[in-house]
Order: sequence, then structure tokens, then C-alpha cells
Amino acid sequence: MSDIAIHTKGINKYFHDPKTIHVLKDVGFDIYKGEFVSIIGKSGCGKSTLLYILSTMDTDFEGELTIDGQNMKGRSGVELARIRNEKIGFVFQFHYLLNEFSVLKNVMLPALKLGKLPSEQIEAQAIKKLELFGMGQHIHKKAHQLSGGEKQRVAIARALINDPIIIMGDEPSGNLDKKNGKIVFDFFQEIVQNFRQTLLVVTHDPEFAERSGRVIEMDDGRIVRS
Amino acid sequence: MNFKVIIDIAKALLHARLKQTVVAAVGVTFSITMFITLLSFMSGLNDLLDGLILNRTPHIRLYNEVKPSTKQPVDLNPDFSLDYNVIRSIKPSGGRLEIYNNVAILKHVGKDPRVLGIAPKVIAQVFYNIGAIDLTGAVHGVDVEAENKLFFFKDYVVTGNYRDLERVPNSIIIGKGVADKMLANPGDIISITTAKGDIIPLKVIGFFQSGIQEIDKVQSYASLSTVQKMLGKTESYITDIQIKLHTLELAPQVAEEYRQLFNVDAEDLQTANSQFETGSSVRTLISYSVGITLLIVAGFGIYNILNMMIYEKMDTIAILKATGFSGSDVRKIFLTIALTIGIVGSLAGMVFGFLLSAFIDSIPFNTAALPTVSTYPINYNPNFYLIGITFGIITTYLAGLLPARKASTVDPVVIIRGK
Ligand SMILES: Nc1ncnc2c1ncn2[C@@H]1O[C@H](COP(=O)(O)OP(=O)(O)O)[C@@H](O)[C@H]1O
Ligand SMILES: [Mg+2]
Repeated sequence: MSDIAIHTKGINKYFHDPKTIHVLKDVGFDIYKGEFVSIIGKSGCGKSTLLYILSTMDTDFEGELTIDGQNMKGRSGVELARIRNEKIGFVFQFHYLLNEFSVLKNVMLPALKLGKLPSEQIEAQAIKKLELFGMGQHIHKKAHQLSGGEKQRVAIARALINDPIIIMGDEPSGNLDKKNGKIVFDFFQEIVQNFRQTLLVVTHDPEFAERSGRVIEMDDGRIVRS
Repeated sequence: MNFKVIIDIAKALLHARLKQTVVAAVGVTFSITMFITLLSFMSGLNDLLDGLILNRTPHIRLYNEVKPSTKQPVDLNPDFSLDYNVIRSIKPSGGRLEIYNNVAILKHVGKDPRVLGIAPKVIAQVFYNIGAIDLTGAVHGVDVEAENKLFFFKDYVVTGNYRDLERVPNSIIIGKGVADKMLANPGDIISITTAKGDIIPLKVIGFFQSGIQEIDKVQSYASLSTVQKMLGKTESYITDIQIKLHTLELAPQVAEEYRQLFNVDAEDLQTANSQFETGSSVRTLISYSVGITLLIVAGFGIYNILNMMIYEKMDTIAILKATGFSGSDVRKIFLTIALTIGIVGSLAGMVFGFLLSAFIDSIPFNTAALPTVSTYPINYNPNFYLIGITFGIITTYLAGLLPARKASTVDPVVIIRGK
């Protein structure tokens, strides 16, 4: 097992609609296990695009991507889904929970899909994670009954349920007020310190970025600091 | 394990859109209900109409036709065998309607494993005497028990007891039409004239009504021995042997076999009544077409609702994919939804189809032509239910296929970025 969680080299990405634009230009960096990395940069410089590639959801790019030592190129949709399920946790800006399910079920779903543990055990773990983020009394609520900050805490719990190699966030506090944003940041930091998890978070909050362990700065599709 | 999660998610999505799913399922229920009811009713009608003929007609009838011999004496003479012989104006000789050696034939046919039963018969052409007028007619001398077993004689005897034919000497059961013309009542003595001119008094003990007026106006029944006596024949005189087989389809083949074997005329039901199958199959075809059309319409309903659901649930699909569900998982989720609608709808359709059939079965339906029928006919054939549910499930599966494929190809990046 190597210490590198994510390895990228020479990643180029183009959009062809309406006209061809070169969004990511020769992006390459390594992220080590246990690191807390922020990605910053002006709006439109390609941060989200990069994150979608790293999370294996976008496969239409040039260059090398290795996650936990495994090359991601040329894999089937089912294989990539499996890798996302097992090795990557994702926290979105708009807290994307499933409104049809309870808070608890939302957290359990990725683990149920992974199918490594019996569902009673998954439930116990989900409850433990939710309690960790102060959501213990809300587990039977429906997702739409929560406030924005609460939803984001549930989303973090869900990202953690399968003990992934890396947790990615795309402006996870971008939609929250200062207080809730700070709460989310504190949770992230706790995750890194207490569970030795790897974090890769896109943010436009400079304060947030400076408090994380490492900053990758992008400008117009290029890495300018890493 | 995986399967259980997929069913869980399908259930949650169904629940979130309960009203639409119920509407879709009701569509399926309606079509299956109509499909089953229609087929049961049509098939009941078919059975009824076929029964009119089938119950009263033997699968095979053995008899002797009066016709000129195909082999004339000159053909048998070897001296002229190479010549081309022309004989004009040939007439049948000795018009014997009797089936020769019928005791042996009855015995042989009775042992044939394909044969369900046999009923011998003597048909006598007669005149019914009403004052100065003579009506033509025919008296069928029958083995009463065999006739009842094979042709449900009892059902058609509307007045009187058919068994009395054996018990009361010189008794007759006359057709309803004959009775109306003769103003005869049970207990009356009527007189009939045989083809040879003998006048014979017979006691009316009942009426029969076959449902086919042409028959009821000319035909009467008496016991075998009564008719044999009427004609001045012995107990071995028999003009017809009626045969019922276990499987109707074999009739033409078996008839041909007996024709060769016994050297008699043999007529099978298919040849004698070629029209009756056509009517049945057209009615069946119509029922199936209507039923399947209804199902296809229901299929479109499901297709629409699933498409709408996918459109509304784009976020859900995107998040499932982002957290590790593959395209094929998503497809399975939506197929499960479609199949749930299909199975629940079809099962309800089977229940309602049965109830509606039972309701129709209880509606009174009286007609003079059909003495045995008092309500609308329904055929409770389990096959209709089986076909209904099979078609219901197949249709919903096909209706779900395209939307499910569409759902499976949703690109989560597009949805997440779109926010
Ligand atoms: N599907 C797309 N088609 C065309 N251009 C796109 C598409 N998605 C993003 N872009 C463009 O790519 C650039 C980078 O976008 P994005 O990665 O979302 O930036 P950031 O997250 O850093 O704000 C932007 O100029 C955006 O307009
Ligand atoms: Mg962005």
C-alpha cells in the first residue's frame, strides 16, 4: 500500500459545446493519505471540473488518474461505481440528500450498496456517525425537514460511512452562513485528526483554506500553487 | 443484499409518487379486468353455441346411404375388364338402410380406447296424422340411457320424464314444434303413418326442445324397440351408430378408419358442421385483440408515468450514482417500479375480472331456444387468468424498459453542475 491517495499527471479537459474550450491544462499533483487539502481559485477556473474527474464521475479527459494505487482509465461504469462507493466520499455544495428517505437511511444507503456488513451493523455505525456530528436526535426525520447546516452534517456522515480513502467536497460550506460553515470546517478537521482520513475540499473561503493543511491554487485551468 | 437495497429504493420512490403509481396500476387493473371478463364471456358464449351443435351431434355417425352400387356386374366380369363400359340410368337396388352386422360393429367400437361412448339409433321417416292432414317427420328410436349419457337428452326434454320412454310401451316424446301443430298434450294418443303405410297409435309422454326450431318441428323420440316394432323389424335392426370420442379432433381420422373397416358410410362432425368452428375462432380473435389493445394503452400510461418520475427524480438518480450505484442498479430500480405496478395491477385485475365475470354469470338470460340456460354464460377457464397476468407483466416490463434505460444513462455531473 502506497501513501499516495490520489495521483494525477498531465490531465487535460476540453468542453466542445458551444465552442471548444480548454478547461484543465496539464494538471498534475499527488495527494497523500491523511492530508487536508484545499483547492482555491477564481470562479470558472475549473475547480469543480477537476473534482468531478477525480471522483471518477467524469471519464472524458486526457491524462493519468490513480486512486489508492489503481489506475482509473478504461474501467467500466460498474467498476467505477464500485470504486466511488468504496473509496470516495463526496460532499456537495447543495447537500444533495435523498428526500424520500429518513436521515438514517440516507447515511446507510452507500453501505447497504457496498453490502459488506449486515444491515443491523450498518445501522449501528450510521447512528454512531450521526451522533458524532450532533445529529443523534434527528435520525428518523426526513431529509427535507432539516436545516441547511444539518443537511450538510448528514452528508458528511454519509460520505464517511464506508470509511473511504478520500473525502471530496465541492464548496461544502459555500451555501452556509459563517457559523454553520465553521461547524462544517471543524468537523472536517476532526475527521482528519481523529480518523486520519484524507480530505480534498474546493472552497472560495480563504480563511477556510489557510486553516487546512495544504492549499492547491488554480488559475484558468492551471495549477499555480500546490 | 444488493437486491434488497434496490427494492428498498424502488419502494421509497413509489411511495413518494403514490398517486401516480396508483393511477398507473389502476390502468393495468382495468385492462386485465376487461381482458379476463371479455374472454370468459365470449368463451362462455362460444361453449353455449358450440354446445347447441356438439351436445346434439355425434363426433362420428355410421350409417348406410341409399345409393347405386359403384361396381356393376359387367365390371366384375373378367372378359370385359379391359373394355370401357358405359351403363346408363343406374338405380340403387334394395334400399337397405340397416347397418349389417351391427352387433359386431358395436362390440368392436365399444372396445376402442379412443371412444367415449356409443349410442345406436333407428331413424324412421313418418307422417304425423292430424285429421286429414299428414305432416312429414322422423321418429328416432334411441337407447334412452346411452342417448342421455352422450347427448344430454334429459336437458332437452322440457315436459315429462325421458325414462318413461323405456317404461311406457308405445310411448313417444314429440318435438315442441310438432306438439304445437298437433295440439297434442302429454297423455294424448297420436297416430303416425310409417313409410310402408302402417298406421300406429303412440302415447305422448313429453315434449322436447332442442333450441333449433327446424328440428323441433319434425323430430320425435321413441325407444329403440318401439321404432323397431313400428317398422316391423327385429331387435337387431339399426340404421345409425352414433359415436363420441374422447378427443373431437380425432374424428375425421377415426371416421375414415371405420369406413374402411366396416364398409359403411361414416360422417365426422368436422365435415358435417364445418361452419361452427369459424364462428368460435372469430369471436375468440376479437376478444384477444380488444384485450391486448387495452393492455397496450395501459402500457403507455406506465411509460408516461415512469418518464415523468425520472424527470422529477433526476437529483435522486444523480446522488445515487455519485454515491456508488451503477447505471445498471438504477435501471433495476426503475424496472422494479414498473414490474411492481404491473404485478399489483394484474393481480387486482384478476380479482376484479373474476368478480365481474361472476356478476355477469348471475344476470338472468332466458330464451326459448335454450332451455338449459338461465343466466349469461361464463367460462371460468384459469388459462384466461394466466394469459392476463402474463401479458400484464410483459406489457409493464416493456413499458418500463425505455424509461429505465434513460434513467440509467443520467449523467450525475450534468445534474450536480446544473444546480
Ligand atoms: N458542460 C459544460 N460545457 C461547456 N463548458 C462548461 C461545462 N461545464 C463547465 N464549463 C465551463 O468550464 C469552466 C470551468 O467550470 P467549473 O469547473 O465549474 O469552474 P469552478 O468550479 O472553478 O467555478 C467554466 O468556464 C465553465 O463555463
Ligand atoms: Mg464550481
